[in-house]
Amino acid sequence: MKLMNCPINGPRPLQEFFYWGECRDMPNPDTCTDGEWVDYVFHRNGAPGVKKEWWYHMASGVWFIAVRDTQADEVKETYLYGAGPHHE
Amino acid sequence: MPLRLLRFALNGKHSEPRMFRNHDTLKSSYDAVIIGAGGHGLAAAYYLARDHGMTNVAVLEKGYIGGGNTGRNTTIIRSNYLTPEGVEFYDASIKLWEDLGQDFDLNLFYSKRGHFTLAHTDSAMRTMRWRAEVNKHMGVESEVVGTKDIQDACPQLDMTCAGHAPILGALYHAPGAIARHDAVAWGYGRGADQRGVEIHQRTEVLNIDVKGGRVQGLTTNRGYISTPKILCAVAGSTPRVTNMVGLRTPIIIHPLQAMVTEPIKPWLNTILVSGSLHVYVSQSDRGELVMGASLDPYEVQSTRSTLDFAEGLSAHMLDMFPFLSNVKINRQWAGMADMTPDFAPIMGKTPVEGFYLDAGWGTWGFKATPISGKTMSYTLANDRDHDLIKSFRLSRFAEYELTGEKGAASVGH
Repeated sequence: MKLMNCPINGPRPLQEFFYWGECRDMPNPDTCTDGEWVDYVFHRNGAPGVKKEWWYHMASGVWFIAVRDTQADEVKETYLYGAGPHHE
Repeated sequence: MPLRLLRFALNGKHSEPRMFRNHDTLKSSYDAVIIGAGGHGLAAAYYLARDHGMTNVAVLEKGYIGGGNTGRNTTIIRSNYLTPEGVEFYDASIKLWEDLGQDFDLNLFYSKRGHFTLAHTDSAMRTMRWRAEVNKHMGVESEVVGTKDIQDACPQLDMTCAGHAPILGALYHAPGAIARHDAVAWGYGRGADQRGVEIHQRTEVLNIDVKGGRVQGLTTNRGYISTPKILCAVAGSTPRVTNMVGLRTPIIIHPLQAMVTEPIKPWLNTILVSGSLHVYVSQSDRGELVMGASLDPYEVQSTRSTLDFAEGLSAHMLDMFPFLSNVKINRQWAGMADMTPDFAPIMGKTPVEGFYLDAGWGTWGFKATPISGKTMSYTLANDRDHDLIKSFRLSRFAEYELTGEKGAASVGH
């Protein structure tokens, strides 16, 4: 069984978690160009890498950040938004 | 060991004809380079040479031919899609499939089985009716059938699915078929090779040279090639290649896993799909049950398998076929599915002159192998998108004109 570390509940089975994609900054819709908005809505960084992602622990309703190597499928660290070592 | 095989081992000479030539060196330039020797890349090479007279073409493959998603899918061929554009496109593919074996003079084990998409809920029934009407309108054989037709076609199926997902009906698609996927790559590869195309295995593209918005050539692990046209047909590696030309796309990569049982006596004549139970299954000519499920739930760019998948799919298979409880799983594997937001592919020209995309094939690419080769070769040769792929253009996202095929995905991904 693969485990993931929930910042609140500790290591839990991966099946208890839900993935919500890479963290991305939303451009200001009032000031950005159409191109920037399309890029935000549709385009993604699909290449492998160490990415900062949104994850959700379904059993307890905790949203948090996971830093994960998407090629090795290895979670490097998890932390609550704003509480990370690099701060949001 | 058969004597014949021992003789080859001792004298080191193959008396069997090879499917394609090996080339020791790359030429310094080609009229077109195709990245990816899967079914799609080889089909494009084949039709470029056969229909458009372009034979100074190289197909570059990082691994071995047909070793990516061409050899990892569950080989289901169908055209019962949801949008008229999709139905028209996949139906054109079926028409090519039907005599592809003759075309190649190679047995593809193309086997028309009939294809049931089971509906376990009212909303699924609505989607089946919708698809049936679109299909019939486009001249494709599809109809909604009741439980009796399903039970007649597959008496072994537990119609209640262990009591918790009773089957209400199905979309029946008579042309649904399976084929031997490796042979498809070999057939296209051999045909392209015979017409002068060079296939280079273990040749990895490291960088693409773009100047003034135009493709100039590419760097491989075996040297530089100059070429005015590049077709990118690399499925799960697409984002790595589009990054080389600075192209943004909506493609994200999720593993799609599959598995087969040990060979058993033939009993399953049709192809069965259950969206609610996330199962699609057919029985191969070797007797193995070939099974797939939905995508892995998060992004991974590798072909690792998981126990979760084997457990989950087995449980759902047993809901449908309790008598399989003693049958063993023989192998499981994964492919990297290049998913798009609307479940339709991304095909054709791109903002980079001379760079063509055949991508976004997610979980639905194998059946499209012939028609994607046909339309992409036309697009490359004429530098103009083929009519059949216009709805699949990359710019549809910027234009908010998506081609929504999610309802036709075999299982709710």
